[in-house]
Amino acid sequence: MKIASTSQSAVEMVKSALEKAHQFQDDYQVFTWINDEAIKKAEEIDLRIKDGESVGRLAGVPYALKDNFLSKTGPTTASAKILTEFTSPIEATTVKKLEEEGAICIGRTNLDAFAHGSSTENSYFGPTKNSKDLSRVAGGSSGGSAVAVALGIVQFATGTDTGGSIRQPASLNGVYGFKPTYGTISRYGVVAMASSLDCIGFFAENPQDIDLLMEICAGQDDYDMTTLPDYYEEADDDISKVKKIGVIKDFDNEKVSASIRDALKNQVKALESEGYEIVELEMPTLKYALPAYYIITPAEVASNLSRYDGIRYGWRSDEAKDLEAIYENTRNEGFMPENKRRITIGNFVLSSGFYDAYYLKAAKVRTLIIEEYNQAFEKCDFILSPVGPDVTFKLGEKVDDPVSMYLEDVMSVPPNLAGIPGLTIPAGQTEAGLDVGLQLVGPRRSDKKLLKFAEKIMRITNKGKGA
Amino acid sequence: MEVNQNTLEHLAELSKFKIAASGNDKLAHDINEIVKYISQLDELDTSGVEPTYQVFEMENVWRADKILPQEADREALLGLAREVKDNQIKVPRVL
Repeated sequence: MKIASTSQSAVEMVKSALEKAHQFQDDYQVFTWINDEAIKKAEEIDLRIKDGESVGRLAGVPYALKDNFLSKTGPTTASAKILTEFTSPIEATTVKKLEEEGAICIGRTNLDAFAHGSSTENSYFGPTKNSKDLSRVAGGSSGGSAVAVALGIVQFATGTDTGGSIRQPASLNGVYGFKPTYGTISRYGVVAMASSLDCIGFFAENPQDIDLLMEICAGQDDYDMTTLPDYYEEADDDISKVKKIGVIKDFDNEKVSASIRDALKNQVKALESEGYEIVELEMPTLKYALPAYYIITPAEVASNLSRYDGIRYGWRSDEAKDLEAIYENTRNEGFMPENKRRITIGNFVLSSGFYDAYYLKAAKVRTLIIEEYNQAFEKCDFILSPVGPDVTFKLGEKVDDPVSMYLEDVMSVPPNLAGIPGLTIPAGQTEAGLDVGLQLVGPRRSDKKLLKFAEKIMRITNKGKGA
Repeated sequence: MEVNQNTLEHLAELSKFKIAASGNDKLAHDINEIVKYISQLDELDTSGVEPTYQVFEMENVWRADKILPQEADREALLGLAREVKDNQIKVPRVL
């Protein structure tokens, strides 16, 4: 079903979403907070509709908000203890734009604290469970948002994607998840992780819904100087010119599971039978994207998370008397182990003596990766690849082994380093009923065309719910 | 490259955690594993390559030197702090 095409009233839609949210909460831990007041907003919207007012393109549509978007509706925690006593005095631009169109936030979704992680197990509130198997992870960091859509609680949810935090959980839960071109959507009012990589994006049941959300939310923002001039609405979306789809040769070696490889083969076959030419791409530098990412990201994390001091806002440890001890105790108890690992690594790669060998080196590798993508897009229109190496894994399996958790991101981080868009498309299930996803990646600003093409793939393979 | 106890303590100081707290050995172990992993970039020849720090395509973004309306006023911002005195955030003794 396409959002906003229903005959239900806002109250009916919100009531149903809230019921489901409560019903699933104990088992799945989707939300950090459920907004029972949402019903009041729905009543207002129904009244305005009754009065003949035009309410917007998302009139009365309930949605779930990742808990790292600042909003005056409820607390904002980023699933971190250090923000548990924080209530935002501002509204994120994305929240403002969605609600101006009539969307109603029914709850804040769980994430790995500060979006550091690939399983949502790093949340201070405990992990979100996979939508198909309660003993397995939701993926992350936007695990709550992915599961909220997968369980049918809401038709769309917001996410942030620094190295796969939208695309990987979308893949592990069988929904669409989109990371746009860097700078397309304002990040004003979103908890910063790694500023040269962070992107706002969405989870939905089909690409058409994501396209609508992009039309609403894309655009330059005076409050975020890193937003690109408006391009989305006017962008070329003529997919009749799309002829060649690239497949990366080297990624086969990255321990990709048989179910993911089969899904890729099937998709390639389906595209070939529709007349598309499949181009094999040599991208030897891509395997260095992950180590480069785990240098650049921690460096930016160390800087962005220095603001959490227990003084100006958020939770503070009471076990300290002088200023230095307040910083140390607050940060020691307020951060999760993964937050501390990233801050420590960040300060390591930036410290004198190690800067050239690590940070500068990674920044140069980033250039090589961008060049490799530029060459690839001279040979093809889009690239089809796995999102990650496998389907969802068991809770607890990787959470104490950071490097094995990082390897989850091996195929999702390259687009972030290059600033290009990537979309997770559902690609069926394993025999055990676990979701398999694939990733469609395009050049900068190809977002609209990419979503249009994904809609066509959906029709070809008849896999998405909205088909 | 092995991150030794001295380096770790220095990093903890920069990071403002109390590193002497329990669970320290695990952090040291993890940091060394991660450093081992990221060190594989050494294999790649990057001589003559310019670094990329951001993918934003513009050089400078200018706007008029005018204060944009802000949602949160002084009172709202001060209201977030644990201790406030005389319209200012109060911090504990520094010296």
